[in-house]
Amino acid sequence: MGKKLLIDRVGIEGIRYFDTYRKHGGYASVEKAFKMAPADIVEEIKKSGLRGRGGAGFPTGMKWSFLAKPEGVPRYLVCNADESEPGTFKDRYLMEFIPHLLIEGLVVSSFALGSNRTFIYIRGEYAWIVDILEQAIEEARQNGFLGNNILNSGFDCEIYVQRGAGAYICGEETALLESLEGKRGNPRIKPPFPAVKGLWDSPTVVNNVETLAAVVPIINMGGDAYSQIGIGKSTGTKLISACGNINRPGVYEIDMTISVEEFVYSDEYCGGIPNGKKLKACIPGGSSVPILPANLLFKTAKGEKRMMTYESLADGGFQTGSMMGSGGFIVLDEDQCVVRHTLTLARFYRHESCGQCSPCREGTGWMEKILNNIEYGRGKMNDIDLLWDIQRRIEGNTICPLGDAAAWPVAAAIRHFRDEFEWHVLNPEESQKRNYGLANYAEPREVVAS
Amino acid sequence: MITFSENKLKEAQRIINRYPQGKQKSALLPLLHLAQDEFGGWLDVPAMDYIASLLNIEPIEVYEVATFYSMYNLKPVGRHVFEVCQTGPCMLRGSDQIIDYIKQRLQINVGETTPDGMFTLKTVECLGACGYAPMMQLGKTFREHLNEEKVDQIIEECRSKAARNN
Repeated sequence: MGKKLLIDRVGIEGIRYFDTYRKHGGYASVEKAFKMAPADIVEEIKKSGLRGRGGAGFPTGMKWSFLAKPEGVPRYLVCNADESEPGTFKDRYLMEFIPHLLIEGLVVSSFALGSNRTFIYIRGEYAWIVDILEQAIEEARQNGFLGNNILNSGFDCEIYVQRGAGAYICGEETALLESLEGKRGNPRIKPPFPAVKGLWDSPTVVNNVETLAAVVPIINMGGDAYSQIGIGKSTGTKLISACGNINRPGVYEIDMTISVEEFVYSDEYCGGIPNGKKLKACIPGGSSVPILPANLLFKTAKGEKRMMTYESLADGGFQTGSMMGSGGFIVLDEDQCVVRHTLTLARFYRHESCGQCSPCREGTGWMEKILNNIEYGRGKMNDIDLLWDIQRRIEGNTICPLGDAAAWPVAAAIRHFRDEFEWHVLNPEESQKRNYGLANYAEPREVVAS
Repeated sequence: MITFSENKLKEAQRIINRYPQGKQKSALLPLLHLAQDEFGGWLDVPAMDYIASLLNIEPIEVYEVATFYSMYNLKPVGRHVFEVCQTGPCMLRGSDQIIDYIKQRLQINVGETTPDGMFTLKTVECLGACGYAPMMQLGKTFREHLNEEKVDQIIEECRSKAARNN
């Protein structure tokens, strides 16, 4: 069984409330951090090797060290809780069941970065979690961990929760800042980066919920000890939200030392595929990352065992690999249609494009229409090449990564499942059938106990 | 002229006070949520103009935001809005069948409201409940692991709640 640092205490009754959380070691990292110099906290985060858990995997300590510190200008920390990547529901789990872990991480991080006014920007649909977080914030304030002169350090900090209103794009950090300023969520052109010019033109750090929660164990155990967990540059633990055709959908914390095969078939995690079905494909890191057929999921193209690490999941690049992304692990069994699944994703990105850049605004709509035609038996053979051409012209040609995120799933579906697209075109009457028997399935196998 | 109740006005003021001097426009999204709750589940032009006046911004600044975000309803909706997720992970667990079943039960299509104004059916994109699919949002809550029986129960629950309130 792997190491758990974030959600190990979730099972404790009443852990959602301050007193219980405190009794189980809560807020110790604040007491420790407030005896350190802010720059030393940033140093610990650098040493830990922590990488952004929202999807991009950028080293957190480095992001923090970029924060500009001009005299007399406020700095801000903004927590990105706009979790909207299909397949991803880990931040919700963390906030709902152990909200004080996030608040604790926010207090430490705010102190390290010098933010006296910190915001949690949460997706609008998580309305009940706003209440949970606001209660946790109130409890922390009453116990002296928020407000003025926290632990007699002279440091003041308030945390506010702001609800979004249903826009995936606001998970992109500059769109999030626009939204927080009361505007449409149109991403900004970078540079300037938020670290220099962010919220209300002030230096700002935007970090994902899980990233900020991970600050707590890092401070408690020290950056060096944290960096010893995992393999290579995949340090620490990662929350994986597993869904689709598996026996045990849910949120799992892994220490990035296990193989993908173990994650799928162990009864500690996904618990295998229901009803004795074969595994057909998997999107291992949220809907934007490339889908992998079964034969490339468990083994890399080099024939090595594929591990649940940033590096191993990406091994082979987009030709034969994928990405860790947000940790949204979506499994498709043999009865699922890749064309239909890709269509739902294309529809998602068309719906969520902010409309600022024409390649994304127009291209996502075209991709959805063409996929719709293919799925419903109106497709032509050259539509497949047209789709390929459109996705290629979106990728890299937009202000923000939503364009790439829309292009990658379509490209990967065609790359690995072209025969299935062709089958739809050749068999229009049967195009909505789910099981074609074309893919390279992984044979069903026993679930293994860990 | 429409206005918030005294309580809502206090809440609005509390939200506006979160932001530094001169940055009160940041309160726009939260205030639109408040307005939608207060004024019957949707935002008409007078409601949006009212929010503009509270924040001392131009009405167009409110319209451009209200039209951008999918959670703001710009036309009337039924008393209970079923927002059923249809994105990939929910589709893998049978959301297509759930949407068909609701259509048949309520005798409406997606985007429509029942003639008695009780139910509106909407399809939405990923709500972050992929592990508990299929699912729908109903007001401030998520209803998860849906099947036909659960849908029946939810419809019944909404009807009896409405009957109690009348």
